[in-house]
Amino acid sequence: MESVTKRYPDGTVAVDQLSLDIPDGSITVLVGPSGCGKTTTLRMINRMVEPTEGTILLDGTDIQRRPVTTLRRSMGYVIQNAGLFQHRTIVDNIATVPRMLGWGKQKARARAAELMERVGLDTSLARRYPYQLSGGQQQRVGVARALAADPPVLLMDEPFSAVDPVVRKGLQDELLRIQAELGKTIVFVTHDIDEAIKLGTMVAVLRTGGRLAQFASPAELLSAPADAFVEDFLGADRGVRRLSFFPSAALELTTAPVVRADAGAERFAAADAPYLLVTDADGRPLGWGTPAGLAAGDTAPDRLLPYGRPFVPGTDSLRAALDCAVLSPTGWAVAVDPDGRVTGVASQTTIGEAIRAAHAAGPADRAGVAP
Amino acid sequence: MNVLNFVDAFFSDSAHWHGYDGIPRRLLEHVQYSLLALGLAAAIGLPVGLLTGHTGRGGNVLAFLATAARALPSFGLLVLIAIALGFNLLPVMIPLVVLAVPPILVTTYEAVRSVDPAPVDAARGMGMRESRVLFQVELPVALPLILSGLRSAAIQIVSTATIAAYVSLGGLGRYIVDGLYQRDYEKVVGGATLVAVLALTTLALFWAAGRFAVSPGVRRR
Repeated sequence: MESVTKRYPDGTVAVDQLSLDIPDGSITVLVGPSGCGKTTTLRMINRMVEPTEGTILLDGTDIQRRPVTTLRRSMGYVIQNAGLFQHRTIVDNIATVPRMLGWGKQKARARAAELMERVGLDTSLARRYPYQLSGGQQQRVGVARALAADPPVLLMDEPFSAVDPVVRKGLQDELLRIQAELGKTIVFVTHDIDEAIKLGTMVAVLRTGGRLAQFASPAELLSAPADAFVEDFLGADRGVRRLSFFPSAALELTTAPVVRADAGAERFAAADAPYLLVTDADGRPLGWGTPAGLAAGDTAPDRLLPYGRPFVPGTDSLRAALDCAVLSPTGWAVAVDPDGRVTGVASQTTIGEAIRAAHAAGPADRAGVAP
Repeated sequence: MNVLNFVDAFFSDSAHWHGYDGIPRRLLEHVQYSLLALGLAAAIGLPVGLLTGHTGRGGNVLAFLATAARALPSFGLLVLIAIALGFNLLPVMIPLVVLAVPPILVTTYEAVRSVDPAPVDAARGMGMRESRVLFQVELPVALPLILSGLRSAAIQIVSTATIAAYVSLGGLGRYIVDGLYQRDYEKVVGGATLVAVLALTTLALFWAAGRFAVSPGVRRR
């Protein structure tokens, strides 16, 4: 997008001199408060809104030079509340664009069934009508419909805003999975900065009046907000959220306070720690206990302190590790391998040191770190 | 003698069931006038309603015309036009069509206007042409309301088509007009009953058409 402006006849400027280089094959999120022109910007890409000034290039070609229907059919379009056709079955909703492109009915329906599976919908829903589906399921149908003709570009306008937080998280994870599998160029509009940071490879923060405040990766956004507006928009806990981008693999773990439940009273009494983490014979955590208590025979799981939610070094971020330590009644985070066996524990002090070291080194690439 | 006796006497008289003034012939004439009038009114009201509803323009003009047309007295119009144009089918059709266009036009306009804008936006966004947006997205959803407009127009036509008898044409109005003139109240009641039955049949036909034509996804069952 090159210095694109949208000015309405009454003089309102929705988008002001916006220039963006949206990278191929990744998710670019447009985020900002209401009235910042993010939806207008998105709708200019498929020419639902025509810009007043400036040009939008797709693969180097001005989108104005392509017929508008051809352009739109080459871009999937997902809107809030899905906008399904209530008179058509789910399978026919999804087959809409392939049918417009002249596919046969059977081929289009077969493609629709394939997409239902891809977006995590049971194919037994194919013959249902939209009103028979939940909001989250309808939104999945909306995504499947947008993907039906395999467009290289996907435009998504606040697609998950109307569903509850649990369903939204599921849909977000599903979108990241689909993106990883299909490598589409996705432009995603949201007013939710957490959603932007979770989904975006690049995030464009827009301010009221349609001006670009910052265009950066989520990690860069959190570590170096361009100005007070961006900082304010990111919210108070951006320091903690930034830890999502630091891997926990390098965290120094200790196995000193880890004991097996059948280790024996002498082993418990000899330990030099205020608390010991008791595991079962397979090495799975049971809970925390004091050396004295354990030596006295209180090794039953219901007599132990809960160990909270463990983290997996290498998969989870430092944010997850810190969260474990904060939640743990003993202040120690429990690290496990992917099979759930204890690999060690880390104190809040150790995690604090790791955070300082990580800050000194700079944030890692998103790859390999689940936010 | 009460009304039911009249009804019984009228329908059990075999002379009423055949011949030039028989029930089958009068019924057929009445149905023919009604279908012609409904067809003409739909040919005017549906396209204009669909187009104005789709574009969202001209709503105020429509409301004004519809109110004006509703204020016209059918019978007065009939007499006036019959005097001007002679005693044939045209003076009957004009008031019937004038009567039927407003409900068709206004409900069609409202039906298309009230379609949820989200699927329409989605349809445009995925590259659907305007004609397809109207016929494949808006029309199927607006259909129940459009049918209700056609239904009330049809029932008004069926009831009002009796006025054809005043200009020497046939139809079930013959029984009512002739009966009144001849002071044959059996005939009047019989004719009125037939009109009522025909109106109820029309209602049933539209209900069946709705079951058949409206998608289960729109009917929600």
